[in-house]
Amino acid sequence: MATKHMVIDPITRIEGHMRIEAIVEETTGEVQDVYCSSTMFRGIETILKGRDPRDCGLMAMRICGVCTVTHYQRSIEAVENAFNLTLPTNARLIRNIIQGTLFMHDHLVHYYHLHSLDWVDIISALDADPQKAATEAAKWAQVAGETPWASDTQTFADMKDRLQKFVAKGRLGIFGSGYWGNRSYKLTPEQNLVAITHYFQALDIQRDLGQMMAIFGGKDPHPQSLVVGGITSIVDAKDPQKRQLFKELALRVRSFIKGAYMPDMYMLSAMYGEEMKAGAGAGLKSFLVYGGFPLNDGPIYNATMLFPGGIVKNGDLTNVIDFDPALVTEDVTHAWYGAPAPEHPYEGTTTPQYTDFKERINGVAYLDTDNKYSWIKAPLYDDTRVEVGPLARMIVGYARGDARIKGYVDNFLTRAGITVNDLYSSVGRTVGRALESELMADILTDWVDELGTNIDAGDVTSWTQFDFATASQNAQGYGIEEAPRGSLGHWVRIENGKVANYQAVVPSTWNAGPRDHKGRLGAYEAALKGLKLSNINEPLEILRAVHSFDPCIACAVHVIDTKGKRLAEYKINPVCAV
Amino acid sequence: MPNDLSAKKLFFGKVTGVEKKDDAFWKKLYKQSEERISSLEKEVPFYQEEPVKVLEEDGYTRRDFMKWVSATTAMLMLPGFFEPLVARTIQVLNRVPVIWINLQDCAGNSEALLRADGPTVDELILDIITLEFHELLMTASGEHAERQLEDAMTTFKGEYLLFVEGSIPTAANGIYGTIGTSGETYVDHLKRLAADAKAVVAVGTCATFGGVPAAAPNPTGATGVMSLVQNKPVVNIPACPANPANMLGVILLYAMTGELPELDGLLRPKFAFGQRIHDACERRVHFDAGEYVEEWGDAAAQAGHCLYKMGCKGPMTFNNCPTVKYNRGTSWPVAAGHGCIGCSEPGFFDKFDRFEAPTPYNPSYNPASDFQIAAGLGLATAASALANSTPTQEEDHGN
Repeated sequence: MATKHMVIDPITRIEGHMRIEAIVEETTGEVQDVYCSSTMFRGIETILKGRDPRDCGLMAMRICGVCTVTHYQRSIEAVENAFNLTLPTNARLIRNIIQGTLFMHDHLVHYYHLHSLDWVDIISALDADPQKAATEAAKWAQVAGETPWASDTQTFADMKDRLQKFVAKGRLGIFGSGYWGNRSYKLTPEQNLVAITHYFQALDIQRDLGQMMAIFGGKDPHPQSLVVGGITSIVDAKDPQKRQLFKELALRVRSFIKGAYMPDMYMLSAMYGEEMKAGAGAGLKSFLVYGGFPLNDGPIYNATMLFPGGIVKNGDLTNVIDFDPALVTEDVTHAWYGAPAPEHPYEGTTTPQYTDFKERINGVAYLDTDNKYSWIKAPLYDDTRVEVGPLARMIVGYARGDARIKGYVDNFLTRAGITVNDLYSSVGRTVGRALESELMADILTDWVDELGTNIDAGDVTSWTQFDFATASQNAQGYGIEEAPRGSLGHWVRIENGKVANYQAVVPSTWNAGPRDHKGRLGAYEAALKGLKLSNINEPLEILRAVHSFDPCIACAVHVIDTKGKRLAEYKINPVCAV
Repeated sequence: MPNDLSAKKLFFGKVTGVEKKDDAFWKKLYKQSEERISSLEKEVPFYQEEPVKVLEEDGYTRRDFMKWVSATTAMLMLPGFFEPLVARTIQVLNRVPVIWINLQDCAGNSEALLRADGPTVDELILDIITLEFHELLMTASGEHAERQLEDAMTTFKGEYLLFVEGSIPTAANGIYGTIGTSGETYVDHLKRLAADAKAVVAVGTCATFGGVPAAAPNPTGATGVMSLVQNKPVVNIPACPANPANMLGVILLYAMTGELPELDGLLRPKFAFGQRIHDACERRVHFDAGEYVEEWGDAAAQAGHCLYKMGCKGPMTFNNCPTVKYNRGTSWPVAAGHGCIGCSEPGFFDKFDRFEAPTPYNPSYNPASDFQIAAGLGLATAASALANSTPTQEEDHGN
């Protein structure tokens, strides 16, 4: 059986730099083996060492311009945890509001601008009948039980007209060299027109979300209103007009999520139902959630979380294991770092150990997949490879019987006529992200109301005082919560007022890691293996599966850290039972 | 507050502003721009769609458009009589092909571009400029993406603006960043793409001055575009991330005049980086009155007073944040109650000892490294050839 060694580099429509190599069987198109590699390295953790812990958030945030405020907040929480600080109500709420807005922004941009073109054929939309497209849009909104965002013929006719002119010019710009016409695109021309119309409308909606972030964050990306102990944007929080503006924008976004994004998910689940049933892109089926969004005051890790933490293994919903940060380790067998020396966990640093490509043939470089082949490490939870992300949060919440999460998931399953098992697929991962957006859209305005009520009752506290000199003599702590793409943790050790050690284990490290010391595949690799390509010259199915994770490689590879990596060494706070 | 904060140390750096020009200068530029726009108007557009029509379809009125034109003309520090030219330029903006590459980056500038909005017309940036290659947004991956890039480079040889996001790792022969099926290093990738570009625009503090990855101890030998690209005009638009209004401003000025904007000694457009943040700050009045926030959340913080004592780097940072702001002009860091962290300055991670305390310099930071950053300025000569500006070493770092 002849095989083809596909090299896909760059993987586009992701954050950061990634290469995938796949061994594809030529006649069946089956992906027999696959390797995911990150090809960029910065070393931000090394840079953080020796700095003032209060400055870390502003630096760690720059790990990623997409999950920007998540890194900012996690870093600050790690220092707060080390100093045993609890937040004022206003600070907790504003952080939740900014973070929740980020989730929605991230999910919306991910689905429409970074992912949808794996399912939607722009060129096919040129054959659409705008009137039928309007009917189609109304139909799927009805399935969702919502009012369609747009269902007038003119909207779709205008879009088609614009597309036609765009295509006629002969230069497709960012849509150029796409896989248009590939037979694994399954939407009808009308459905494609509806989806591409939403693509352009979402460009506008995501700017609303950027503005919402800026209202309490100062700017977006890279907001600047969080500090160790609280928040700084109290002037904005006190302003009823600002809160009102936020709510108006949030309601518009909510209408789009309910009237366009969700209907598109029902359409996708129906048209790609076969792929869902077959579990295409399912991968590991083991999920990890640290937990995130504290819903009440007090020590953060004692709070009730919007997304409860836990582990579900092998798709077994009957058994949710409590998350224990002590069981997180990282493996560098196949990553470009020196081997760990477990006996001295925090002494010395791992030097990057780049071993180059294995060979270059006819101008194509090939990874040394038997040895080291990525700048991303392979994290393990209790010696298990796991997936993190919105689907993980939905699955763990569902298995925990969390009423809110279960409500959104069950509603979708019933209306779409599918089972929870169908969610173990690329489409399911995409649906999980949408469900989370819907949930967030509903709760966000409640938080703004809660903030208003608290402030109107006279509480304008925005910061918890602390004595830095005493607190920072010898302390360590962690900030472990959720980012749009999954579980994200920062660990910090502080000595004599300076950062002695810093490390971060982030969503795309979990998902995009290479093989581990036992040769087990990472979450991306597991999801890609076994896929069938309809055209072995076009990696469409591979992109579909890998994009369904929302890769953020900029996050995943920022690491130079200490040897050993037994994060358990940081267990300093016995109250934490995330 | 440390005692050694002399005013001299704080207010280092000269305000370059945009020098007052005489009527003859503006008349000449007007004529030149008019000729340039007319010639572009005669060209077959890459896009058949006329941008103003796109705007109308999206619900913008002529009045919205003219309002934007007026604001943009002011932001670019052009006299009011340039407004009709700015309006016409929007119509021909799509004749300027843009290739955008991501190197050692966090995608923050791409995200900022996506959220571009300040003036409403920016919202249509995807319609209006000819974005030929952008890894974050483009459909094709792998060899198909490479083909798209080759095609754009050939078709628009010598014409495209190369936007670069992210620093470039130079240590260990560049192995900390490779791209493409051939596994080309970022250093080679940048040089190859720059060779056929009209000009290179470094976007964000990483691409301009090395930014985050270049912070001490700079594990990957990260550096900015201008220390690698020779014999090609370079424009720097620093800040973390760069303000999308400034990105669009550079494209617009280029489309209108056929030249790069007037640059300062660090190759930054003067229209955006000619003024200290401090000088246009909305809280400046509190600085003058001696009303300072002394602690996060205190009464002064509640009242929106000056953040100087909380480490605001506004007095040492050149950028137009206070006037242009972010996200539809909604806010900016100082308005959100946090001091400026000087994110558009060279070496901003190392230059200031603390972000949240009023220390002007990290004692271990060598200000001379700013000059070193600007030192590869053989390239400034190339810039001046195109920009008709004379870059000088205007920064005086308080020596």
